[in-house]
Amino acid sequence: VNRRTVGLLAGVLALGLAVAGCSSSSSKNSKAASAKSAADLGGMDQLAAAAKKEGTLNVITLPRTWANYGAIMDDFTAKYGIKITDANPDGTSADEITAIKSLKGQSRAPDVVDIGPAFTTVNKNLFAPYKVATWNDIPDSQKDADGAFYQDYGGYVSIGYDANRIKTPPTSFADLKNPEYKGLIGLQGDPTQAGAGFAAVYAASLANGGSLDDIKPGIDYFGALKQSGNYITVAATKASVESGQVGVTIDWDYNQVAFVSALKGSKVDWKVVVPKDGLYASYYNQAISATAPHPAAARLWEEYLYSAEGQNLYLKGAARPVTLKAMQTGGTVDQAALSALPAVSGTAQLASETQIDKAKAALVADWTKAVS
Amino acid sequence: VTVAVQNVDTPGVNPAAAPRAVSSGGRRRGAGLIGLAPFAVFVGFFLGLPTYKIVVGALHGPDGSWTLASVRQLAHDPYKDALVQTVKLSLYTALLGGALGLAIAFAVVSSTSTLLRHVVSTASGVLAYFGGVPLAFAFLATMGPQGLATRWLVHIGVHLERFQLYGFNGLTLVYLYFQIPLMVLVIYPALEGLRPQWFEAARNLGASRAQYWRFVGGPVLLPPVLGAVMLLFANSLAAYATARALTSGSIPLLSVQIANTLSSNVGPSQENLGYAMGLELIVIVALAMVGYSLLQRRAARWAG
Repeated sequence: VNRRTVGLLAGVLALGLAVAGCSSSSSKNSKAASAKSAADLGGMDQLAAAAKKEGTLNVITLPRTWANYGAIMDDFTAKYGIKITDANPDGTSADEITAIKSLKGQSRAPDVVDIGPAFTTVNKNLFAPYKVATWNDIPDSQKDADGAFYQDYGGYVSIGYDANRIKTPPTSFADLKNPEYKGLIGLQGDPTQAGAGFAAVYAASLANGGSLDDIKPGIDYFGALKQSGNYITVAATKASVESGQVGVTIDWDYNQVAFVSALKGSKVDWKVVVPKDGLYASYYNQAISATAPHPAAARLWEEYLYSAEGQNLYLKGAARPVTLKAMQTGGTVDQAALSALPAVSGTAQLASETQIDKAKAALVADWTKAVS
Repeated sequence: VTVAVQNVDTPGVNPAAAPRAVSSGGRRRGAGLIGLAPFAVFVGFFLGLPTYKIVVGALHGPDGSWTLASVRQLAHDPYKDALVQTVKLSLYTALLGGALGLAIAFAVVSSTSTLLRHVVSTASGVLAYFGGVPLAFAFLATMGPQGLATRWLVHIGVHLERFQLYGFNGLTLVYLYFQIPLMVLVIYPALEGLRPQWFEAARNLGASRAQYWRFVGGPVLLPPVLGAVMLLFANSLAAYATARALTSGSIPLLSVQIANTLSSNVGPSQENLGYAMGLELIVIVALAMVGYSLLQRRAARWAG
């Protein structure tokens, strides 16, 4: 063996050790990992005790200002004494799935995810089936029958605008063609990648003769809006709104409501309206990672989110909780938060996973051409 | 007026780049190889392995079988368009940024003010690395439709209706903001290596200014300038956050498209397509490198 080989071997060995060091401490708590309900562990108290013993919960891509997640996480920690690590708060659903796969077996792998509808069925084998105590309160069409994933909260596509600058408040997609809004309308991001941007195009399609199976009219609508100069391709952020670069945006209503409070005290007076044409709603989904490093804490988190307490906290963030109907019937709903929601007339059909996939493919193919 | 010339190096050789150390035979070869090992391991892990992964990933489908499907997709829009726009943007900003950066560096090198030199080199160091979303926002607040400068221009009666910050020209402008300082930064040492004595010697021998640049200055500077422009080209190929914040996909750059395939809120990730676009970028850079070395060989002949 010459010296070079020894040096190489030493280097490889050191690297191997470093990699192994990262990937130790997988969960040994197999009882919780296979529990399909709290009853499997002997009830809620046993679940809470096991979760407290784990001491930590890994969540991922939960911005504190999104759907009231800041308050939800703080309240969970205060209630159970379980520390929450929120990885990559501004990431995407795809990032969450990637993290489950690539961090598998590591102590920092995500325990639970909050993902868009296009990421559910296709990744079902990554999730551990679990049914919360309030399982029957979730409408059948909004959950996987096996309990691999279940919708948690949702919202409507809404128009937000700065009432201090916009003299004629818009109430529909048709209104946004008004020359008064020239150079003022921005989306949250590239619709082929950003969820809210995608939803805006989908909703615009519904407003312009399209359907959940046909997003094309929405693409054409934004093409025309770009042509007239009303739509600018600049990303709508707190900074671009606060500085007056973006005066109108189309986003989830709960994000817009969060915007209202974030912009309080600035010269912007943000108002939210759900357009009367193009009613489009979408829900996010909860799922427990099958390889969660803290399986008990993950299950306790779901129980908490689907308790009246957790669901009402979503509602306080202007996100519509999935068990809202049952809570209204049962009288457990937070009435003040409910009446503060932006008004909606009618009910929206929810797009299926296949419809979303099809719409995305059409959007990727045509978006650039339409708006360039 | 002619000045006495002292201490003149051989023309055509950049003294900073002249190799002096020469290997002294076989005895030290083994030791040299051991010395190389850490670097070889580093390159293997951080360049070789990722490249291998990209190539293999580009040629696989999501189910793990070998396929050309992802690579074939590159021939269709928006990916075909992305290739054209990316190369165009990189080429324009590398050439424009290179020319302007060279001019600025020249002006600074020939100035006698040391303060100016310090200010420019420090500022270039800072500005060359100012990028991403903050840069996009800074431009937006200045030159966007509601920007400070735009509104001021409207106020004095100038309407720049045809200029769009978030169009191709706008993006070129924004990229130049970091490309020019980067050029200044990397070309400055080469310009400093250009001895004034060479010019004086050429003049003493009766050369005109043009002849000096044709036979002495140009050949000496050409390799570092080409290298710097290559760097600018690659720099622009890889940049993406600024473009993403400004264009929302209306200008489909490859870097932005790669990010979209890996990190989306709308649909499942398409890693293999991302790998295929990564492979495409590698091929572009490889082609540019081949062109670069051909040019450099020609420049060497020119100088010789």
